[in-house]
Amino acid sequence: MMAAISVARSSCGLINGLKVSLRSVTRVKYGAVSATVPQTSLHRSCRWYSVSHLSVKERIDQKRQAALQGGGQQRIEAQHKRGKLTARERVQLLLDPESFVETDMFVEHRCADFGMEQDRNKFPGDSVVTGRGRINGRLVYVFSQDFTVFGGSLSGAHAQKICKIMDQAMTVGAPVIGLNDSGGARIQEGVESLAGYADIFLRNVMASGVIPQISLIMGPCAGGAVYSPALTDFTFMVKDTSYLFITGPDVVKSVTNEDVTQEELGGAKTHTTVSGVAHRAFENDIEALLNLREFFNFLPLSNQDPAPIRESHDSSDRLVPSLDSIVPLESTKAYDMLDIIHAIVDERDFFEIMPNYAKNIVVGFARMNGRTVGIVGNQPKVASGCLDINSSVKGARFVRFCDAFNIPIITFVDVPGFLPGTAQEYGGIIRHGAKLLFAFAEATVPKITIITRKAYGGAYDVMSSKHLRGDVNYAWPTAEVAVMGAKGAVQIIFRGKENQAEAEAEYVEKFANPFPAAVRGFVDDIIEPATTRKKICQDLEMLASKKQVNPWKKHANIPL
Amino acid sequence: MAAHSVPSTLKRLLFAVKYSPLQSRCCAVQREAQYSTISIPSEKTFDKILIANRGEIACRVIKTCKKMGIQTVAVHSDVDSSAVHVKMADEAVCVGSAPTSKSYLNMDAIMDAIRVTGAQAVHPGYGFLSENKEFAKRLAAEGVAFIGPDTHAIQAMGDKIESKLIAKAAKVNTIPGFDGVVKTAEEAVKIAQEIGYPVMIKASAGGGGKGMRIAWNDEETREGFRFSSQEAASSFGDDRLLIEKYIDNPRHIEIQVLADKHGNALWLNERECSIQRRNQKVVEEAPSTFLDPVTRRAMGEQAVQLAKAVQYSSAGTVEFLVDSKKNFYFLEMNTRLQVEHPITECITGLDLVEQMIRVAKGYQLQHTQDDIPINGWAIECRVYAEDPYKSFGLPSIGRLSQYQEPLDLDKVRVDSGIQEGSDISIYYDPMISKLITYGATRAEALGRMEDALDNYVIRGVTHNIPLLREIITHPRFVSGHISTNFLPEVYPDGFKGHQLEADAKRELLASAAVLYITAELRSAKVLGTQRVASTPVECSHWELCVELGEERQDVEISKSGTVYTVEMDGAKVEVWGALNLASPLLPLTINGTQRMLQCLSRDAAGVIVLQYLGTLFKVRVLSKLAAELNSYMPEKVSEDTSSILRSPMPGTVVAVSVKPGDTVKSVHCKPGETVGEGDLLVELE
Repeated sequence: MMAAISVARSSCGLINGLKVSLRSVTRVKYGAVSATVPQTSLHRSCRWYSVSHLSVKERIDQKRQAALQGGGQQRIEAQHKRGKLTARERVQLLLDPESFVETDMFVEHRCADFGMEQDRNKFPGDSVVTGRGRINGRLVYVFSQDFTVFGGSLSGAHAQKICKIMDQAMTVGAPVIGLNDSGGARIQEGVESLAGYADIFLRNVMASGVIPQISLIMGPCAGGAVYSPALTDFTFMVKDTSYLFITGPDVVKSVTNEDVTQEELGGAKTHTTVSGVAHRAFENDIEALLNLREFFNFLPLSNQDPAPIRESHDSSDRLVPSLDSIVPLESTKAYDMLDIIHAIVDERDFFEIMPNYAKNIVVGFARMNGRTVGIVGNQPKVASGCLDINSSVKGARFVRFCDAFNIPIITFVDVPGFLPGTAQEYGGIIRHGAKLLFAFAEATVPKITIITRKAYGGAYDVMSSKHLRGDVNYAWPTAEVAVMGAKGAVQIIFRGKENQAEAEAEYVEKFANPFPAAVRGFVDDIIEPATTRKKICQDLEMLASKKQVNPWKKHANIPL
Repeated sequence: MAAHSVPSTLKRLLFAVKYSPLQSRCCAVQREAQYSTISIPSEKTFDKILIANRGEIACRVIKTCKKMGIQTVAVHSDVDSSAVHVKMADEAVCVGSAPTSKSYLNMDAIMDAIRVTGAQAVHPGYGFLSENKEFAKRLAAEGVAFIGPDTHAIQAMGDKIESKLIAKAAKVNTIPGFDGVVKTAEEAVKIAQEIGYPVMIKASAGGGGKGMRIAWNDEETREGFRFSSQEAASSFGDDRLLIEKYIDNPRHIEIQVLADKHGNALWLNERECSIQRRNQKVVEEAPSTFLDPVTRRAMGEQAVQLAKAVQYSSAGTVEFLVDSKKNFYFLEMNTRLQVEHPITECITGLDLVEQMIRVAKGYQLQHTQDDIPINGWAIECRVYAEDPYKSFGLPSIGRLSQYQEPLDLDKVRVDSGIQEGSDISIYYDPMISKLITYGATRAEALGRMEDALDNYVIRGVTHNIPLLREIITHPRFVSGHISTNFLPEVYPDGFKGHQLEADAKRELLASAAVLYITAELRSAKVLGTQRVASTPVECSHWELCVELGEERQDVEISKSGTVYTVEMDGAKVEVWGALNLASPLLPLTINGTQRMLQCLSRDAAGVIVLQYLGTLFKVRVLSKLAAELNSYMPEKVSEDTSSILRSPMPGTVVAVSVKPGDTVKSVHCKPGETVGEGDLLVELE
């Protein structure tokens, strides 16, 4: 584990720096007596006596002060110089003013090797700040790793603190937000640190689908540590200052002989555009934290809560005349599905998830008449909105989150089918496409589907069709529900026949419209696009009491 | 709406209530109160009229047809098939593809449409085929009425030189000058000297100000001659030149005339059209602040003389240049309905389209000259989809994602042919609408125009409302001291948007802070009973930091009821308003003054884009804590885009005609490859 080694190196420097800072802090406050403390080796090894003349009250204050200082002023300044905020500043910005209730401020690491037992290497609270607070009045549990203390490395105590708040979040039923800024495992603690990771992983898994878990990567996160964010529901990153990778550039070089920078290997751009590991990236710590507050407003506290309803200023029966002309006349011409989404949802407010990854599908959160909904839409603007491996996986994970947390799903369909080609087949489009199918099929939350234009082939079935228990399925007048486009169909049906154009026209007349689906009841109604918002709001009102239960099972076996 | 006559407290309430239901604004119906003449029901004109045009003018004509009980036929190109004029008309015929030469100028297809629909008359609107004598002839040949003047008048007035000769003969003041073939540069100099400098030289066949050169001495005349004669020969195949007196600081004032087929003609007063950019009108008004009754009458009478001289029938416009001493000179005559005709309708009460239809049917004019009043004042702003920060307006295109006309204001008329969701495309004129306000006095009309511009919601395209609002509130414009050089003189370095005074800046920052707090408070309003009780922070006092450009301002804001008191720099701003966060309009009462702001965007990181006094301002509101911590955030240098080429849109690379080494450093795409928006294509050296 490369990252851990580099942390060890940096924490040596840290320890040296700390000597100076502790001295300067103590000298001012406690005068001559304590000023000698860090200097004499005698006192250093018997810290119990050195402070024994202080009352308990004074010692409490002293510890609290030290905890608030983290790794000390110098380390704090270094953190700021990197363009990063400290663990406590982040918590302060994330939570409502004065709502933070800290736990385990007095916890210290228990390592006795490599001189770690020395007083100067003990930091009250160790390298993580934990507790609970409120975001817009709503309860949330938070941990924020403190890079100024041993590079935020994970000790047994650090892990224990995180586990404690996660356990409580589970019993209460409230989300956990992790602000990750850690060099990796605490090397000095060895296997205890690894055990700590596993303890967190287990809790991440147990909490999955019970309470929303969000990770915001605000610094390095390497080695085994990456699996905690990976197990949470959403991973956000800060551009230029956060990294996620299993092994760093040095190890990559020695193993595969690839030259790659940290940023290229695991920076925000890589993970939000190429790997799909992270769901969104923000410019800096402040923007990230403010956006996280905004994002949090969409989420229910747990799987026992319905999707939250916020006061809405947008009337639920608002007509959207601009939608009547949004779908172009030529069925091959692109348009922007985001235009439709923005026009329909409350106040044009749409929090897009993974906006730069697999852009042929759009997913994200919005509100309808104040109620949080999950939106899934094919994006005709990118690759004609076809389904491929990445977009299927992106869609599937989002749908499963919504289903787990009682968030109704609204699906806008304009899909020409699955993307053909060897790259897709070899990559396992069958397996991955099945994930989206599985997710929509198993979902029991309210499901509303609007076919705006194409719904071709197997992709029609997949996209929250009536057959997969869609509650309300609408078609716009421009909808074409068919096995495939006219051209392909005609080539098969009328193979070798003259006058393909005429046959095509006949096919278009017959199938390139909403009727074949409507006469069979596969769509519930053909609606004027302008009325879509109004209809969805009414339907959501009706579906609020929807109850649907899947057969009992230990768990389903989604094709992973 | 009588909001102007009610006591101020009530007025405030009305103001707030008026905007709260978003819905009602969308379905506001335009009133037709501006016409005072009543159509004569017994007078039969046509059963069916085809409108050979698109956009606002087609809609305008259809409205009058509906009023007169006439069936309408719209023609349209394929991309216009769901356009407003198509929806409004009783029938619609597609006449070709998007380019105007294939559709709106496609005479064969339009003639077919006339035959198919059985239209008895054609209204050509302006532009397109409106002054095309060939079209008028073809209609006449098929016995279809052309709602406009006779072919003869179109032809006579269509040629710059011929029209001047006719004008001279009709005793209309013309600009001293020479038109005809000029053989040598010396001949040109001689002519110029006779006229007296400065002179203007251009090709006779060139329209508007195209290819116009101004010469202040002999040398410049020679140069002007060379260019213009070359251009005349190469561009127009017609080597005649026009050399005439150049009028310094001119005003462009035009007279609306209306004539019938029985030799009657009227002048319907003037329109002042001096505010122009690149020879295109931007703001027009009627009447002109400059004309006295004597000059007005003289101009009107000469215009009528000219109309009679060419046996003009229908509505037409005689354009004059007026110098600072109120000398006026004939410029040209437009043998069609003008874009800016509504302001004449507002002050005279006539429906010009109705009169044109009557005249085309052969009826005599309903009015005599004494019946033509000047009732109050009317202003027209041409709202364009263009960026006013670039040479006072370069076209922009896009889709109108949100669009609300200020029709719930009194005495506001909007002539438009688009609606929410319409595309402003590259194929046609980027005009969004004509915004017209009127009132008893000029000040009243101008005040209304300010309100109307502030209430006009246009999203999805860049528009020129910032410039329009600056023009109509500029002291020079308000005083009436204008000329065709107004824009370059007032904005010598180009238009830069509204420049905020200290007071106005405080108002803007305070408004942004109030909007921020409103959104913050709303975020905590979670409805319904919750399993885990919500405990929002009870707060009525906030410390914020508001950034505008490089400037940062600490503000303290306290709330009492719906009144916010915002303190900054020792000054207090009181903001009153219950804001609807879904509405693009933010009606606020700031220190007792009603202001209509607009919110274009608002994000989680505190960035708020507001339209205030017409101009867009990007403001950032942060809590005091966030603002303090913000100083640690690194400045991100925006990418140097001067040496790279990114894909402006997603698409497939068709061909790459450079390779690394020749002027480019590296190529990041190959033919056949699909690229996304913003993908790096080529790095230049």
